[in-house]
Amino acid sequence: MIRVENLHKHFGGFHAVDGASLNISEGSITGLIGPNGAGKTTLFNVIAGVLKPTSGHVFMAGEDITGLEPHELFHKGLLRTFQIAHEFHSMTVRENLMMVPPRQAGEGLMSAWFQRARVRHEDEEIRRRANEVLEFLTIDHIADEKAGQISGGQKKLLELGRTMMTDARIVFLDEVGAGVNRTLLNTIADAIVRLNKERGYTFVVIEHDMDFIGRICDPVICMAEGKVLAQGSLDEIKANEQVIEAYLGTGLKNKVTAEGGHV
Amino acid sequence: MDALNAIVLLSNFVLLPAVSYGSQLALGALGITLIYGILRFSHFAHGDVMAFATMAVILVTWWLQGMGVSIDPLPTALLALPFGIAITALLLLGTDRAVYRFYRKVRAAPIVVVMASLGVMFVLNGLVRLIIGPDDQHFADGARFLFTVREFREFTGLDEGIGLRVSQLITIVVTLVVVAALFWFLNRTRSGKSMRAFSDNEDLALLSGINPERVVTVTWLIVAVLVTVAGTLYGLDKSFKPFTYFQLLLPMFASAILGGLGNPLGAVAGAYVIALSEVGVTYAFRKFLQYLLPENLEPSGLAQLLSTDYKFAVSFVLLVLVLLFRPTGLFRGQSI
Repeated sequence: MIRVENLHKHFGGFHAVDGASLNISEGSITGLIGPNGAGKTTLFNVIAGVLKPTSGHVFMAGEDITGLEPHELFHKGLLRTFQIAHEFHSMTVRENLMMVPPRQAGEGLMSAWFQRARVRHEDEEIRRRANEVLEFLTIDHIADEKAGQISGGQKKLLELGRTMMTDARIVFLDEVGAGVNRTLLNTIADAIVRLNKERGYTFVVIEHDMDFIGRICDPVICMAEGKVLAQGSLDEIKANEQVIEAYLGTGLKNKVTAEGGHV
Repeated sequence: MDALNAIVLLSNFVLLPAVSYGSQLALGALGITLIYGILRFSHFAHGDVMAFATMAVILVTWWLQGMGVSIDPLPTALLALPFGIAITALLLLGTDRAVYRFYRKVRAAPIVVVMASLGVMFVLNGLVRLIIGPDDQHFADGARFLFTVREFREFTGLDEGIGLRVSQLITIVVTLVVVAALFWFLNRTRSGKSMRAFSDNEDLALLSGINPERVVTVTWLIVAVLVTVAGTLYGLDKSFKPFTYFQLLLPMFASAILGGLGNPLGAVAGAYVIALSEVGVTYAFRKFLQYLLPENLEPSGLAQLLSTDYKFAVSFVLLVLVLLFRPTGLFRGQSI
Protein backbone atom coordinates (compact mmCIF):
# COMPACT_ATOMS: atom_id res chain seq x y z
CA MET A 1 0.00 0.00 0.00
CA ILE A 2 2.63 2.49 1.12
CA ARG A 3 6.30 1.96 0.45
CA VAL A 4 8.85 4.37 1.88
CA GLU A 5 12.33 4.16 0.37
CA ASN A 6 15.41 5.54 2.05
CA LEU A 7 13.63 8.69 3.21
CA HIS A 8 15.63 11.60 4.62
CA LYS A 9 14.32 14.78 6.16
CA HIS A 10 16.90 17.19 7.50
CA PHE A 11 16.23 20.43 9.36
CA GLY A 12 19.55 22.19 8.98
CA GLY A 13 22.03 19.85 10.59
CA PHE A 14 19.39 17.86 12.42
CA HIS A 15 18.38 14.62 10.71
CA ALA A 16 14.81 14.05 11.88
CA VAL A 17 14.28 11.20 9.46
CA ASP A 18 17.52 9.57 8.50
CA GLY A 19 17.17 6.93 5.83
CA ALA A 20 13.91 5.29 6.86
CA SER A 21 12.53 2.49 4.68
CA LEU A 22 9.34 0.62 5.39
CA ASN A 23 6.37 -1.16 3.90
CA ILE A 24 2.77 -0.87 4.98
CA SER A 25 0.57 -3.61 3.61
CA GLU A 26 -2.98 -3.04 2.51
CA GLY A 27 -5.68 -3.73 5.09
CA SER A 28 -3.32 -3.75 8.03
CA ILE A 29 -3.36 -1.71 11.21
CA THR A 30 0.30 -0.91 11.58
CA GLY A 31 1.62 0.46 14.84
CA LEU A 32 4.48 2.94 14.77
CA ILE A 33 6.35 3.19 18.05
CA GLY A 34 9.59 4.71 19.20
CA PRO A 35 11.02 7.15 21.74
CA ASN A 36 10.16 10.85 21.60
CA GLY A 37 12.13 12.51 18.83
CA ALA A 38 12.47 9.27 16.87
CA GLY A 39 11.08 11.00 13.77
CA LYS A 40 7.63 9.37 13.74
CA THR A 41 5.64 12.56 13.33
CA THR A 42 8.12 13.97 10.80
CA LEU A 43 7.76 10.75 8.82
CA PHE A 44 3.97 11.23 8.89
CA ASN A 45 4.35 14.82 7.79
CA VAL A 46 6.55 13.87 4.85
CA ILE A 47 4.23 11.07 3.76
CA ALA A 48 1.18 13.33 4.08
CA GLY A 49 2.84 16.04 2.01
CA VAL A 50 3.09 18.65 4.75
CA LEU A 51 6.89 18.58 4.55
CA LYS A 52 9.01 17.98 1.48
CA PRO A 53 11.61 15.22 1.97
CA THR A 54 15.30 16.06 1.65
CA SER A 55 15.70 12.87 -0.35
CA GLY A 56 14.04 9.51 -0.82
CA HIS A 57 10.67 8.40 -2.15
CA VAL A 58 7.18 7.52 -1.03
CA PHE A 59 5.00 5.22 -3.13
CA MET A 60 1.32 4.61 -2.74
CA ALA A 61 0.00 1.53 -4.51
CA GLY A 62 3.04 1.63 -6.78
CA GLU A 63 2.61 5.30 -7.70
CA ASP A 64 5.29 7.79 -6.71
CA ILE A 65 3.55 10.33 -4.45
CA THR A 66 6.70 12.05 -3.14
CA GLY A 67 6.21 15.79 -2.79
CA LEU A 68 2.52 15.93 -3.69
CA GLU A 69 0.49 18.60 -1.91
CA PRO A 70 -1.66 17.54 1.09
CA HIS A 71 -4.92 18.30 -0.68
CA GLU A 72 -3.86 16.18 -3.66
CA LEU A 73 -3.04 13.26 -1.36
CA PHE A 74 -6.40 13.71 0.35
CA HIS A 75 -8.11 13.14 -2.97
CA LYS A 76 -6.09 9.94 -3.43
CA GLY A 77 -7.53 8.71 -0.14
CA LEU A 78 -4.56 9.44 2.14
CA LEU A 79 -5.63 11.10 5.39
CA ARG A 80 -3.90 11.97 8.62
CA THR A 81 -4.80 13.27 12.03
CA PHE A 82 -2.70 15.46 14.30
CA GLN A 83 -0.87 14.71 17.52
CA ILE A 84 -2.44 17.87 18.94
CA ALA A 85 -6.02 17.77 17.73
CA HIS A 86 -6.85 20.36 15.08
CA GLU A 87 -10.31 21.69 14.42
CA PHE A 88 -12.08 24.52 12.63
CA HIS A 89 -12.76 26.33 15.88
CA SER A 90 -15.41 28.77 14.70
CA MET A 91 -17.57 26.02 13.19
CA THR A 92 -19.79 23.55 14.99
CA VAL A 93 -18.75 19.93 15.43
CA ARG A 94 -21.21 18.85 12.75
CA GLU A 95 -19.98 21.53 10.35
CA ASN A 96 -16.44 20.33 10.96
CA LEU A 97 -17.43 16.90 9.75
CA MET A 98 -19.44 18.30 6.86
CA MET A 99 -16.36 20.12 5.57
CA VAL A 100 -14.65 16.85 4.71
CA PRO A 101 -16.40 15.08 1.82
CA PRO A 102 -14.62 16.11 -1.38
CA ARG A 103 -16.15 17.31 -4.64
CA GLN A 104 -19.39 18.64 -3.21
CA ALA A 105 -21.68 20.31 -5.69
CA GLY A 106 -21.74 23.51 -3.61
CA GLU A 107 -18.01 23.85 -4.18
CA GLY A 108 -18.38 25.55 -7.55
CA LEU A 109 -19.37 29.20 -7.47
CA MET A 110 -21.74 28.65 -10.36
CA SER A 111 -23.48 25.56 -9.02
CA ALA A 112 -23.91 27.24 -5.64
CA TRP A 113 -26.08 29.79 -7.40
CA PHE A 114 -27.76 27.81 -10.12
CA GLN A 115 -28.17 24.29 -8.82
CA ARG A 116 -29.67 25.05 -5.46
CA ALA A 117 -31.84 21.94 -5.40
CA ARG A 118 -28.96 19.60 -6.10
CA VAL A 119 -26.74 21.34 -3.56
CA ARG A 120 -29.43 21.17 -0.90
CA HIS A 121 -30.07 17.49 -1.61
CA GLU A 122 -26.39 16.68 -1.33
CA ASP A 123 -26.11 18.77 1.82
CA GLU A 124 -28.87 16.70 3.45
CA GLU A 125 -27.04 13.51 2.48
CA ILE A 126 -23.78 14.74 4.03
CA ARG A 127 -25.59 15.95 7.13
CA ARG A 128 -27.13 12.50 7.55
CA ARG A 129 -23.69 10.92 7.23
CA ALA A 130 -22.24 13.37 9.75
CA ASN A 131 -25.00 12.47 12.21
CA GLU A 132 -24.25 8.77 11.78
CA VAL A 133 -20.57 9.37 12.45
CA LEU A 134 -21.37 11.46 15.53
CA GLU A 135 -23.59 8.70 16.85
CA PHE A 136 -20.98 6.04 16.10
CA LEU A 137 -18.41 8.02 18.09
CA THR A 138 -20.92 8.74 20.87
CA ILE A 139 -20.53 12.51 20.54
CA ASP A 140 -23.89 13.29 18.93
CA HIS A 141 -24.87 15.39 21.96
CA ILE A 142 -22.25 18.02 21.12
CA ALA A 143 -23.07 18.24 17.41
CA ASP A 144 -24.02 21.91 17.56
CA GLU A 145 -21.28 23.09 19.92
CA LYS A 146 -18.47 25.22 18.52
CA ALA A 147 -15.56 22.86 17.91
CA GLY A 148 -13.15 25.27 19.61
CA GLN A 149 -14.95 24.72 22.90
CA ILE A 150 -15.17 20.92 23.21
CA SER A 151 -12.77 18.89 25.35
CA GLY A 152 -9.43 17.52 24.19
CA GLY A 153 -10.70 13.94 24.13
CA GLN A 154 -13.74 14.93 22.14
CA LYS A 155 -11.48 16.71 19.66
CA LYS A 156 -9.60 13.44 19.22
CA LEU A 157 -12.85 11.69 18.41
CA LEU A 158 -13.70 14.48 16.01
CA GLU A 159 -10.37 13.90 14.26
CA LEU A 160 -11.23 10.24 13.84
CA GLY A 161 -14.74 11.18 12.74
CA ARG A 162 -13.29 13.32 10.00
CA THR A 163 -11.64 10.27 8.45
CA MET A 164 -15.01 8.52 8.42
CA MET A 165 -16.66 11.22 6.33
CA THR A 166 -14.85 10.26 3.16
CA ASP A 167 -13.75 7.06 1.49
CA ALA A 168 -10.21 6.95 2.75
CA ARG A 169 -7.80 4.22 1.74
CA ILE A 170 -5.14 4.83 4.31
CA VAL A 171 -5.32 6.84 7.50
CA PHE A 172 -2.37 8.01 9.57
CA LEU A 173 -3.29 8.52 13.21
CA ASP A 174 -0.82 10.55 15.24
CA GLU A 175 -1.12 9.69 18.95
CA VAL A 176 -4.84 9.37 18.75
CA GLY A 177 -4.91 8.18 22.35
CA ALA A 178 -2.78 10.89 23.96
CA GLY A 179 -4.61 12.67 26.75
CA VAL A 180 -7.65 10.47 26.39
CA ASN A 181 -9.19 8.45 29.22
CA ARG A 182 -9.54 4.64 29.18
CA THR A 183 -13.19 4.50 28.18
CA LEU A 184 -12.69 6.93 25.34
CA LEU A 185 -9.58 5.03 24.27
CA ASN A 186 -11.64 1.86 24.01
CA THR A 187 -14.19 3.68 21.90
CA ILE A 188 -11.40 4.85 19.61
CA ALA A 189 -9.87 1.36 19.38
CA ASP A 190 -13.27 -0.14 18.54
CA ALA A 191 -13.85 2.51 15.88
CA ILE A 192 -10.47 1.83 14.28
CA VAL A 193 -10.99 -1.93 14.16
CA ARG A 194 -14.49 -1.54 12.81
CA LEU A 195 -13.40 0.86 10.08
CA ASN A 196 -10.60 -1.52 9.18
CA LYS A 197 -12.94 -4.54 8.95
CA GLU A 198 -16.04 -2.93 7.46
CA ARG A 199 -14.60 -0.29 5.17
CA GLY A 200 -11.18 -1.76 4.48
CA TYR A 201 -9.26 1.28 5.74
CA THR A 202 -5.56 0.74 6.21
CA PHE A 203 -4.30 2.39 9.40
CA VAL A 204 -0.93 3.53 10.60
CA VAL A 205 -1.02 4.43 14.28
CA ILE A 206 1.58 6.30 16.31
CA GLU A 207 0.99 5.45 19.94
CA HIS A 208 2.87 5.15 23.21
CA ASP A 209 0.27 3.04 24.98
CA MET A 210 1.50 -0.55 24.57
CA ASP A 211 -1.84 -2.07 25.57
CA PHE A 212 -3.53 -0.09 22.85
CA ILE A 213 -0.87 -1.13 20.32
CA GLY A 214 -1.04 -4.75 21.45
CA ARG A 215 -4.80 -4.80 21.16
CA ILE A 216 -5.23 -3.52 17.63
CA CYS A 217 -1.89 -3.36 15.80
CA ASP A 218 -0.17 -5.97 13.72
CA PRO A 219 2.52 -5.50 12.59
CA VAL A 220 4.44 -2.97 14.65
CA ILE A 221 7.29 -0.83 13.40
CA CYS A 222 9.80 0.64 15.82
CA MET A 223 11.73 3.79 14.95
CA ALA A 224 14.64 5.46 16.71
CA GLU A 225 16.87 8.35 15.67
CA GLY A 226 15.17 8.67 12.31
CA LYS A 227 15.69 5.06 11.30
CA VAL A 228 13.52 1.97 11.33
CA LEU A 229 14.89 -0.40 13.96
CA ALA A 230 12.61 -3.36 13.57
CA GLN A 231 9.30 -4.49 12.12
CA GLY A 232 7.20 -7.45 13.19
CA SER A 233 4.52 -8.56 15.61
CA LEU A 234 4.48 -6.80 18.99
CA ASP A 235 6.01 -9.82 20.70
CA GLU A 236 8.86 -9.91 18.22
CA ILE A 237 9.41 -6.20 18.68
CA LYS A 238 9.40 -6.53 22.45
CA ALA A 239 11.98 -9.26 22.26
CA ASN A 240 14.25 -7.26 19.96
CA GLU A 241 17.46 -6.24 21.76
CA GLN A 242 17.87 -2.96 19.85
CA VAL A 243 14.30 -1.92 20.55
CA ILE A 244 14.64 -2.60 24.25
CA GLU A 245 17.83 -0.59 24.31
CA ALA A 246 16.36 2.37 22.46
CA TYR A 247 12.79 2.52 23.65
CA LEU A 248 11.27 0.00 25.98
CA GLY A 249 14.10 0.27 28.47
CA THR A 250 15.80 -2.34 30.60
CA GLY A 251 12.95 -2.40 33.12
CA LEU A 252 10.79 -4.12 30.57
CA LYS A 253 13.64 -6.40 29.56
CA ASN A 254 13.84 -7.73 33.12
CA LYS A 255 10.11 -8.14 33.16
CA VAL A 256 10.21 -10.01 29.87
CA THR A 257 12.91 -12.36 31.13
CA ALA A 258 11.18 -12.87 34.46
CA GLU A 259 7.88 -13.77 32.85
CA GLY A 260 9.47 -15.96 30.23
CA GLY A 261 8.92 -13.74 27.23
CA HIS A 262 5.35 -12.74 27.90
CA VAL A 263 4.16 -9.40 29.09
CA MET B 1 -40.58 70.83 18.40
CA ASP B 2 -37.09 71.88 19.45
CA ALA B 3 -36.16 68.31 20.21
CA LEU B 4 -37.42 67.21 16.81
CA ASN B 5 -35.42 69.97 15.16
CA ALA B 6 -32.33 68.87 17.06
CA ILE B 7 -32.75 65.26 15.93
CA VAL B 8 -33.27 66.27 12.31
CA LEU B 9 -30.24 68.53 12.46
CA LEU B 10 -28.10 65.74 13.88
CA SER B 11 -29.40 63.25 11.33
CA ASN B 12 -28.53 65.53 8.46
CA PHE B 13 -25.05 66.51 9.57
CA VAL B 14 -23.84 63.52 11.61
CA LEU B 15 -25.88 60.35 11.22
CA LEU B 16 -26.45 60.32 7.49
CA PRO B 17 -22.88 61.26 6.52
CA ALA B 18 -21.50 58.81 9.11
CA VAL B 19 -23.65 55.94 7.89
CA SER B 20 -22.70 56.44 4.26
CA TYR B 21 -19.01 57.01 5.06
CA GLY B 22 -19.16 54.02 7.42
CA SER B 23 -20.62 51.86 4.67
CA GLN B 24 -17.78 52.78 2.34
CA LEU B 25 -15.24 52.03 5.07
CA ALA B 26 -16.99 48.76 5.88
CA LEU B 27 -16.59 47.46 2.36
CA GLY B 28 -12.92 48.41 2.39
CA ALA B 29 -12.34 46.93 5.84
CA LEU B 30 -14.05 43.69 4.82
CA GLY B 31 -11.46 43.28 2.07
CA ILE B 32 -8.62 43.88 4.51
CA THR B 33 -10.03 41.46 7.05
CA LEU B 34 -10.59 38.71 4.46
CA ILE B 35 -7.04 39.03 3.16
CA TYR B 36 -5.73 38.97 6.71
CA GLY B 37 -7.80 35.92 7.64
CA ILE B 38 -7.02 33.86 4.58
CA LEU B 39 -3.74 35.06 3.12
CA ARG B 40 -2.47 36.00 6.56
CA PHE B 41 -0.94 39.37 5.89
CA SER B 42 -1.92 43.02 6.24
CA HIS B 43 -2.65 44.28 2.76
CA PHE B 44 -1.06 47.73 2.75
CA ALA B 45 -1.81 48.24 -0.93
CA HIS B 46 -5.53 48.24 -0.18
CA GLY B 47 -6.00 52.01 -0.47
CA ASP B 48 -4.17 52.19 -3.76
CA VAL B 49 -5.90 49.12 -5.15
CA MET B 50 -9.08 51.01 -4.32
CA ALA B 51 -7.78 54.04 -6.22
CA PHE B 52 -6.90 51.83 -9.19
CA ALA B 53 -10.31 50.16 -9.14
CA THR B 54 -12.11 53.50 -8.99
CA MET B 55 -9.94 54.81 -11.79
CA ALA B 56 -10.96 51.85 -13.91
CA VAL B 57 -14.62 52.59 -13.18
CA ILE B 58 -14.13 56.28 -14.01
CA LEU B 59 -12.46 55.53 -17.34
CA VAL B 60 -15.25 53.13 -18.33
CA THR B 61 -17.82 55.70 -17.13
CA TRP B 62 -16.31 58.39 -19.34
CA TRP B 63 -16.29 55.99 -22.26
CA LEU B 64 -19.94 55.12 -21.66
CA GLN B 65 -20.84 58.80 -21.33
CA GLY B 66 -18.99 59.44 -24.60
CA MET B 67 -21.11 56.76 -26.25
CA GLY B 68 -24.20 58.52 -24.96
CA VAL B 69 -25.15 55.68 -22.60
CA SER B 70 -27.03 56.83 -19.50
CA ILE B 71 -29.25 55.35 -16.81
CA ASP B 72 -30.51 58.69 -15.50
CA PRO B 73 -31.37 59.41 -12.67
CA LEU B 74 -28.81 56.84 -11.50
CA PRO B 75 -25.13 57.61 -12.09
CA THR B 76 -23.54 55.98 -15.14
CA ALA B 77 -20.76 54.71 -12.84
CA LEU B 78 -23.09 51.95 -11.61
CA LEU B 79 -23.19 50.62 -15.15
CA ALA B 80 -19.39 50.77 -15.31
CA LEU B 81 -19.03 48.91 -12.00
CA PRO B 82 -18.92 45.35 -13.42
CA PHE B 83 -16.19 46.38 -15.88
CA GLY B 84 -14.22 47.98 -13.05
CA ILE B 85 -14.58 44.82 -10.95
CA ALA B 86 -13.32 42.67 -13.83
CA ILE B 87 -10.29 44.92 -14.41
CA THR B 88 -9.51 45.02 -10.68
CA ALA B 89 -9.85 41.25 -10.43
CA LEU B 90 -7.28 40.90 -13.20
CA LEU B 91 -4.97 43.32 -11.40
CA LEU B 92 -5.28 41.50 -8.06
CA LEU B 93 -4.83 38.04 -9.55
CA GLY B 94 -1.91 39.41 -11.55
CA THR B 95 -0.13 40.83 -8.49
CA ASP B 96 -0.85 37.59 -6.66
CA ARG B 97 0.82 35.62 -9.43
CA ALA B 98 3.72 38.02 -9.77
CA VAL B 99 4.36 38.81 -6.11
CA TYR B 100 2.43 37.09 -3.32
CA ARG B 101 2.40 33.54 -4.65
CA PHE B 102 6.17 33.34 -4.42
CA TYR B 103 6.08 34.27 -0.74
CA ARG B 104 3.37 31.70 -0.09
CA LYS B 105 5.49 29.01 -1.75
CA VAL B 106 8.51 29.74 0.40
CA ARG B 107 6.26 30.18 3.45
CA ALA B 108 7.71 33.62 4.14
CA ALA B 109 7.05 35.38 7.45
CA PRO B 110 3.95 37.61 7.35
CA ILE B 111 6.01 40.78 7.81
CA VAL B 112 7.92 39.98 4.60
CA VAL B 113 4.65 39.76 2.68
CA VAL B 114 3.44 42.99 4.29
CA MET B 115 6.58 44.71 3.00
CA ALA B 116 5.95 43.22 -0.44
CA SER B 117 2.43 44.70 -0.35
CA LEU B 118 4.00 48.03 0.57
CA GLY B 119 6.02 47.74 -2.63
CA VAL B 120 2.88 46.92 -4.60
CA MET B 121 1.33 50.01 -3.00
CA PHE B 122 4.09 52.28 -4.33
CA VAL B 123 3.86 50.79 -7.82
CA LEU B 124 0.07 51.21 -7.98
CA ASN B 125 0.42 54.67 -6.49
CA GLY B 126 2.57 55.71 -9.45
CA LEU B 127 0.52 53.79 -12.00
CA VAL B 128 -2.73 55.51 -11.05
CA ARG B 129 -1.15 58.98 -11.15
CA LEU B 130 0.44 58.14 -14.48
CA ILE B 131 -2.86 57.12 -16.06
CA ILE B 132 -5.38 59.54 -14.58
CA GLY B 133 -3.21 62.17 -12.88
CA PRO B 134 -3.08 63.30 -9.25
CA ASP B 135 -6.02 65.71 -9.43
CA ASP B 136 -9.64 65.58 -8.39
CA GLN B 137 -11.92 63.84 -10.88
CA HIS B 138 -15.69 64.19 -10.89
CA PHE B 139 -17.61 61.43 -12.51
CA ALA B 140 -20.98 61.54 -10.75
CA ASP B 141 -23.90 62.29 -13.02
CA GLY B 142 -27.65 61.73 -12.84
CA ALA B 143 -29.81 63.28 -10.14
CA ARG B 144 -28.00 64.91 -7.19
CA PHE B 145 -30.71 64.80 -4.54
CA LEU B 146 -33.57 62.50 -3.77
CA PHE B 147 -34.95 65.40 -1.73
CA THR B 148 -33.20 68.57 -0.59
CA VAL B 149 -33.13 70.26 2.80
CA ARG B 150 -35.54 72.92 1.56
CA GLU B 151 -38.01 70.34 0.22
CA PHE B 152 -37.85 68.48 3.51
CA ARG B 153 -38.47 71.71 5.45
CA GLU B 154 -41.41 72.70 3.31
CA PHE B 155 -42.87 69.24 3.55
CA THR B 156 -42.57 68.88 7.31
CA GLY B 157 -42.76 72.51 8.43
CA LEU B 158 -39.70 72.13 10.65
CA ASP B 159 -36.93 74.72 10.91
CA GLU B 160 -34.26 72.16 10.12
CA GLY B 161 -34.20 69.68 7.29
CA ILE B 162 -32.57 66.54 5.92
CA GLY B 163 -31.21 66.43 2.41
CA LEU B 164 -30.79 62.91 1.08
CA ARG B 165 -28.28 62.72 -1.74
CA VAL B 166 -28.70 60.02 -4.34
CA SER B 167 -25.10 58.97 -3.73
CA GLN B 168 -25.85 58.40 -0.04
CA LEU B 169 -28.91 56.32 -0.78
CA ILE B 170 -26.99 54.27 -3.37
CA THR B 171 -24.15 53.77 -0.90
CA ILE B 172 -26.44 52.44 1.79
CA VAL B 173 -28.48 50.20 -0.50
CA VAL B 174 -25.48 48.79 -2.37
CA THR B 175 -23.59 48.14 0.88
CA LEU B 176 -26.55 46.27 2.33
CA VAL B 177 -26.78 44.09 -0.77
CA VAL B 178 -23.04 43.40 -0.99
CA VAL B 179 -22.61 42.66 2.73
CA ALA B 180 -25.69 40.40 2.79
CA ALA B 181 -24.40 38.52 -0.27
CA LEU B 182 -20.95 38.15 1.30
CA PHE B 183 -22.29 36.75 4.56
CA TRP B 184 -24.58 34.41 2.70
CA PHE B 185 -21.58 33.25 0.69
CA LEU B 186 -19.33 32.74 3.73
CA ASN B 187 -21.93 30.94 5.84
CA ARG B 188 -24.01 29.03 3.36
CA THR B 189 -21.90 27.94 0.42
CA ARG B 190 -19.26 25.29 0.32
CA SER B 191 -16.69 27.71 -1.15
CA GLY B 192 -17.38 30.19 1.62
CA LYS B 193 -17.06 27.50 4.26
CA SER B 194 -13.77 26.40 2.71
CA MET B 195 -12.58 29.98 3.13
CA ARG B 196 -13.65 30.05 6.77
CA ALA B 197 -12.05 26.65 7.33
CA PHE B 198 -8.84 27.91 5.74
CA SER B 199 -8.92 30.98 7.97
CA ASP B 200 -9.58 28.87 11.10
CA ASN B 201 -6.88 26.29 10.62
CA GLU B 202 -4.74 26.25 7.51
CA ASP B 203 -3.00 22.91 8.17
CA LEU B 204 -6.21 21.06 8.76
CA ALA B 205 -7.83 22.69 5.74
CA LEU B 206 -4.99 21.46 3.52
CA LEU B 207 -5.29 17.94 4.94
CA SER B 208 -9.06 18.04 4.43
CA GLY B 209 -8.56 18.31 0.71
CA ILE B 210 -9.17 22.05 0.38
CA ASN B 211 -7.13 23.39 -2.51
CA PRO B 212 -5.30 26.47 -1.18
CA GLU B 213 -4.81 28.11 -4.58
CA ARG B 214 -8.55 27.91 -5.21
CA VAL B 215 -9.34 29.51 -1.88
CA VAL B 216 -6.80 32.24 -2.58
CA THR B 217 -8.26 32.93 -6.04
CA VAL B 218 -11.81 33.14 -4.71
CA THR B 219 -10.59 35.48 -1.96
CA TRP B 220 -8.99 37.88 -4.45
CA LEU B 221 -12.13 37.84 -6.59
CA ILE B 222 -14.27 38.78 -3.60
CA VAL B 223 -11.77 41.47 -2.60
CA ALA B 224 -11.97 42.86 -6.15
CA VAL B 225 -15.74 43.23 -5.81
CA LEU B 226 -15.52 44.80 -2.35
CA VAL B 227 -12.74 47.23 -3.14
CA THR B 228 -14.22 48.41 -6.45
CA VAL B 229 -17.66 48.95 -4.97
CA ALA B 230 -16.19 50.75 -1.93
CA GLY B 231 -14.00 53.03 -4.04
CA THR B 232 -16.74 53.87 -6.51
CA LEU B 233 -19.25 54.67 -3.76
CA TYR B 234 -16.74 56.89 -2.00
CA GLY B 235 -15.92 58.64 -5.28
CA LEU B 236 -19.59 59.23 -6.08
CA ASP B 237 -20.26 60.52 -2.58
CA LYS B 238 -17.23 62.82 -2.38
CA SER B 239 -14.82 62.91 -5.28
CA PHE B 240 -11.97 60.86 -6.64
CA LYS B 241 -8.42 61.86 -5.81
CA PRO B 242 -5.64 59.23 -5.60
CA PHE B 243 -4.12 60.74 -2.45
CA THR B 244 -7.45 60.69 -0.60
CA TYR B 245 -7.78 57.00 -1.34
CA PHE B 246 -4.31 56.33 -0.04
CA GLN B 247 -5.30 58.16 3.15
CA LEU B 248 -8.35 55.92 3.55
CA LEU B 249 -5.92 53.11 4.39
CA LEU B 250 -5.75 54.27 8.01
CA PRO B 251 -9.48 54.37 8.84
CA MET B 252 -9.99 51.11 6.93
CA PHE B 253 -7.29 49.32 8.91
CA ALA B 254 -8.54 50.92 12.10
CA SER B 255 -12.02 49.54 11.34
CA ALA B 256 -10.75 46.04 10.64
CA ILE B 257 -8.57 46.00 13.77
CA LEU B 258 -11.24 47.58 15.94
CA GLY B 259 -13.69 44.85 14.97
CA GLY B 260 -11.09 42.08 15.25
CA LEU B 261 -8.87 41.26 12.28
CA GLY B 262 -10.09 38.26 10.34
CA ASN B 263 -13.66 38.70 11.57
CA PRO B 264 -15.98 40.02 8.81
CA LEU B 265 -18.79 41.02 11.16
CA GLY B 266 -16.26 42.93 13.26
CA ALA B 267 -14.98 44.82 10.24
CA VAL B 268 -18.46 46.12 9.47
CA ALA B 269 -19.15 47.12 13.08
CA GLY B 270 -15.69 48.70 13.40
CA ALA B 271 -16.25 50.75 10.26
CA TYR B 272 -19.43 52.33 11.61
CA VAL B 273 -17.79 53.05 14.97
CA ILE B 274 -14.87 54.77 13.24
CA ALA B 275 -17.11 56.73 10.88
CA LEU B 276 -19.46 57.87 13.61
CA SER B 277 -16.55 58.93 15.84
CA GLU B 278 -14.80 60.75 13.01
CA VAL B 279 -17.89 62.71 11.99
CA GLY B 280 -19.13 63.20 15.55
CA VAL B 281 -15.87 64.46 16.99
CA THR B 282 -15.38 67.00 14.21
CA TYR B 283 -18.98 68.27 14.16
CA ALA B 284 -19.84 71.65 15.72
CA PHE B 285 -22.67 70.91 18.13
CA ARG B 286 -23.57 74.56 18.89
CA LYS B 287 -26.83 74.68 16.97
CA PHE B 288 -27.81 71.24 18.22
CA LEU B 289 -27.33 72.36 21.81
CA GLN B 290 -29.19 75.60 21.19
CA TYR B 291 -32.27 73.58 20.44
CA LEU B 292 -32.01 71.46 23.53
CA LEU B 293 -30.62 73.70 26.26
CA PRO B 294 -32.30 76.66 27.96
CA GLU B 295 -31.01 80.03 26.72
CA ASN B 296 -28.77 80.77 29.68
CA LEU B 297 -26.87 77.49 29.22
CA GLU B 298 -26.28 77.83 25.50
CA PRO B 299 -22.63 77.43 24.51
CA SER B 300 -20.86 80.53 23.32
CA GLY B 301 -18.34 78.58 21.20
CA LEU B 302 -18.83 76.10 18.39
CA ALA B 303 -18.93 73.11 20.74
CA GLN B 304 -16.67 71.27 18.30
CA LEU B 305 -14.23 68.83 19.88
CA LEU B 306 -11.68 68.78 17.06
CA SER B 307 -11.17 70.71 13.87
CA THR B 308 -11.87 68.62 10.75
CA ASP B 309 -8.15 68.75 9.97
CA TYR B 310 -7.70 66.24 12.77
CA LYS B 311 -10.22 63.67 11.62
CA PHE B 312 -7.52 61.09 10.92
CA ALA B 313 -6.38 61.41 14.52
CA VAL B 314 -9.70 59.82 15.53
CA SER B 315 -8.84 56.55 13.79
CA PHE B 316 -5.40 56.65 15.35
CA VAL B 317 -6.68 57.17 18.87
CA LEU B 318 -9.29 54.41 18.56
CA LEU B 319 -6.64 52.13 17.06
CA VAL B 320 -4.28 52.74 19.96
CA LEU B 321 -7.04 52.25 22.53
CA VAL B 322 -8.08 48.93 21.02
CA LEU B 323 -4.52 47.68 20.78
CA LEU B 324 -3.93 48.62 24.41
CA PHE B 325 -7.07 47.26 25.98
CA ARG B 326 -8.42 44.59 23.68
CA PRO B 327 -5.83 43.50 21.11
CA THR B 328 -8.13 40.89 19.57
CA GLY B 329 -10.68 43.57 18.72
CA LEU B 330 -14.29 43.99 19.76
CA PHE B 331 -15.40 40.77 18.06
CA ARG B 332 -12.41 38.60 18.90
CA GLY B 333 -10.54 38.28 15.65
CA GLN B 334 -7.06 36.82 15.47
CA SER B 335 -4.80 38.80 17.76
CA ILE B 336 -2.07 40.74 16.03
